[in-house]
Amino acid sequence: MTTSPVVDPAQVAPLVHRSSGYWRTVGGRLARDRLALVVGLIIVALLAMALFGPWLTPHDPYATSMIRRLRPIGTEGHPLGTDELGRDLLSRLILGARLSLFMGITPVVLAFFIGSALGIVAGYAGGWLNAVIMRTIDVFYAFPSVLLAIAISGALGAGIGNALLSLTLVFIPEVARVAESVTTQVRGRDYIEAARASGASALLIIRTQVFGNVIGPIFVYSTGLISVSMILASGLSFLGLGVRPPEPEWGLMLNTLRTAIYSQPLIAALPGVMIFITSISFNVFADRLRAAMAVRS
Amino acid sequence: MPSSSDSRAADPRDLGGPIQPLLKVRGLVKHFSVRGGAGKRRVVRAVDGIDFEVRKGETLGVVGESGCGKSTTARLLMQLIKLDAGELIFDAATVGGQQLPLREFRRQVQMVFQDSYSSLNPRMTIEQSVAFGPRVHGVGRRESMARARSLLDRVGLDPQRFGGRYPHELSGGQRQRVNIARALALEPRLVILDEAVSALDKSVEAQVLNLLDDLKRSMALTYVFISHDLHVVRYVSDRILVMYLGEVIEIGPAEALFERSAHPYTVALLGSMPSLDPDQRTEAPPLVGDPPSPIDPPSGCRFHTRCPYAEPLCAEQKPPFAELDEGHRAACWMVVPGSQHSQAAKAQCVDA
Amino acid sequence: MGGYVVRRLLLTIPIMLGVALVCFMLVHLSPGDPLVSVLPPDASQALREQMISLYGFDQPYVVQFFKWLFNALQGNLGTSIATGRPVIDEVLVAAVNSLRLAVLATLLGFCFGSLFGFVAGYFQNSWIDKLASMLSIFGVSVPHYWLGMVLVIIFASQLYWLPATGGGPTGSDGWQWDWDHLQYMILPAITLSVIPTGIISRTVRAVVAETLAQEFIVGLRARGLGEAAVFRHVVKNAAPTALAVMGLQLGYLMGGSILVETVFSWPGTGLLLNTAIFQRDMPLLQGSIWVLALFFVSLNLCVDIFQALLDPRIERS
Repeated sequence: MTTSPVVDPAQVAPLVHRSSGYWRTVGGRLARDRLALVVGLIIVALLAMALFGPWLTPHDPYATSMIRRLRPIGTEGHPLGTDELGRDLLSRLILGARLSLFMGITPVVLAFFIGSALGIVAGYAGGWLNAVIMRTIDVFYAFPSVLLAIAISGALGAGIGNALLSLTLVFIPEVARVAESVTTQVRGRDYIEAARASGASALLIIRTQVFGNVIGPIFVYSTGLISVSMILASGLSFLGLGVRPPEPEWGLMLNTLRTAIYSQPLIAALPGVMIFITSISFNVFADRLRAAMAVRS
Repeated sequence: MPSSSDSRAADPRDLGGPIQPLLKVRGLVKHFSVRGGAGKRRVVRAVDGIDFEVRKGETLGVVGESGCGKSTTARLLMQLIKLDAGELIFDAATVGGQQLPLREFRRQVQMVFQDSYSSLNPRMTIEQSVAFGPRVHGVGRRESMARARSLLDRVGLDPQRFGGRYPHELSGGQRQRVNIARALALEPRLVILDEAVSALDKSVEAQVLNLLDDLKRSMALTYVFISHDLHVVRYVSDRILVMYLGEVIEIGPAEALFERSAHPYTVALLGSMPSLDPDQRTEAPPLVGDPPSPIDPPSGCRFHTRCPYAEPLCAEQKPPFAELDEGHRAACWMVVPGSQHSQAAKAQCVDA
Repeated sequence: MGGYVVRRLLLTIPIMLGVALVCFMLVHLSPGDPLVSVLPPDASQALREQMISLYGFDQPYVVQFFKWLFNALQGNLGTSIATGRPVIDEVLVAAVNSLRLAVLATLLGFCFGSLFGFVAGYFQNSWIDKLASMLSIFGVSVPHYWLGMVLVIIFASQLYWLPATGGGPTGSDGWQWDWDHLQYMILPAITLSVIPTGIISRTVRAVVAETLAQEFIVGLRARGLGEAAVFRHVVKNAAPTALAVMGLQLGYLMGGSILVETVFSWPGTGLLLNTAIFQRDMPLLQGSIWVLALFFVSLNLCVDIFQALLDPRIERS
């Protein structure tokens, strides 16, 4: 609560009062949260790597060299060494951000849209429509997420598109469940009744009254999913089900470097560090965002 | 709040003339099915066949214990939930029929809810909330906003100062003023006030009641005033309707109902009113226990399980809704002349 | 109570059917000729058609589905194309190996998770609470397959304390509860336990904090008595939740250990799935996913019933 119950806000507020929106309040709170700022900066840096990767790489990330294989960290010209085919690891890690983040974030974004739509419709409509949508979603929920992702992309075969499809299918039920439960809660509020009493159609009520009140919690939940999605997406490539060589992707790099566990253990573990940093940054950020939004509800 | 029939002489929407009731409710039924233990479906008889009418320009008070179906009735009148049986006739036109489609009906009937916070969208400024109704009905953005601001002004909130605020930035009384403004934005003829002042502090409550009275006079409104607070209902109502377990058990002019309550339930309910004046304290036996569950309501007269005058007849047969005097009716065997009830003759004598 | 159990059981039937349908459809989703792995490439058209009708591929999907389900319910999941053995045998052997690993990992997760969660909940906002919450975020954010590799690097390739991969010493046939075998299980179990540790500690912390904030606990403490009683009460409140989360985590680990099993070459369902996918062994893929999902659904069912038994207040709809 931003106002104390004892003081009438009318008496303390300035004469012309324009309220700052809810999201601006949340943004301000995040900006004062040091941890959120740190992980936010890391995420921005990772996104910048993904966007501007080709201009940041010191070497050609695809250029192999038989004589320069598995050079250790600190080698001249290759600060992070080289991989099993003699490619510059730093360049591949930088360029790898592109596919890794794309594979991790896209399914969550798609699931956010599709899952929200399904969940909001189910939650607002109730009745048989709710039953049809939610029981179907329960079936997908009956699989552990890793198993479902691997089963679908395993059946469809390796490839970026199939991996994205399978991950999207994994996350839709999760988003839809949250969307449905939030919408069901909001639907019971009197302002929805008041809007119905004014004669507004269901679609208009969803758009103007429901949407703004449910999208926040769904969004926060979805940001939390990016962390899981990063791990799963790289995991699929790690298994050989996602990105295919020679494209640089952290999970795939981790897989091909497994042969170097004994000879260059530090190098072998490096791509995983990137996945870890990305995943934990998104996780912490989602956590701080949730805290910033929970203050007033 | 006495009715003032002179002030609303020339409303072009008035179809039936002053004698035609604004709203006629006939045989209204709403049953909810709930899941009881062991997966059995059971029926809650929330509203079980009620009839009454709302006269033009009056304030009809509705009282009863919580769970008696007051709020369900309000939502049925608003058509927010579908009625299982019965019909609503609004100024001679059947609601939902060709003459009065639902959308048009909703322009003419609006509602103010109890929870002032939950009834305002927290993500909308209050002027947006007030302007929503007109926008839905095709009024332009600018004009809707202008109307919202003038209504805020009308309910005592400076639109310059308050219009751009969000609900959480207002006090409870201010929010309830916004809710009233919102209800009036469609220029309704009937406003249903569902415990609209119950959650407010006493001093704020009085201010809001005065506001409601002002608005009623100046905008030619009719109110259905639902409340559990008997003092307030007595103060505002022209006529009062008493509900018990989904049924209407007594209806009549406010004074008659308070001075000559006929139904033992009404007597007990009024007897439970705290009074500061020792002479005013009634000797009527207080209501004991909770009302029975509306899932399996008692047979015959539903009040017989708690009624001090209950006799076998009451458990066997449902009493008719008998008229005592002009517009004062009660559903009790004691007021039916010549019924098998031992008190019936006496009751007849008193009224004759 | 009995009503709840019956209702919960009835609710599971359509879900089981849906799960079967998804497993059935997986094969039909997969691109390419379903016969490609059984027929020689130069097979005649007559042989082709004969095989198609033999496998029932010419029948409507609905018929095919119920035939498959009918057989599957009797344990007949077809024959693995890769090994030529019945799918059910392959799956059961692998599932027992996976279960062994998952149970150990879950128990580890339960012990550490409860410990961290308890301490963190008791000493809220102390450094130990912050450490526990960091550990829990670490647990759910770390790519566990990478953590497995790191553990292999440290304990196998650098320190030589434990074997890197495999499900037992070479030449050993089947599992035995001795050190020779157990040492193969330590690293994968620790790797897998990181997730349940994080999740259980988070849950336990929340329950403990909530219990301690209850009014009568505050009252007990205000009167300066009953620290032991307070402790007992907190345990009683937190235990059902922690156990329920543990049960669910076991299910997730059974289905989700494929990546870690691949890292450690552990001969469980994960490795089996890997084989099935890369050899395009569809009956094997279908069968193992079905068995794992059934296990997961049944486990969820048990956890729900168990919770309802422990907490009679819960009458969920």
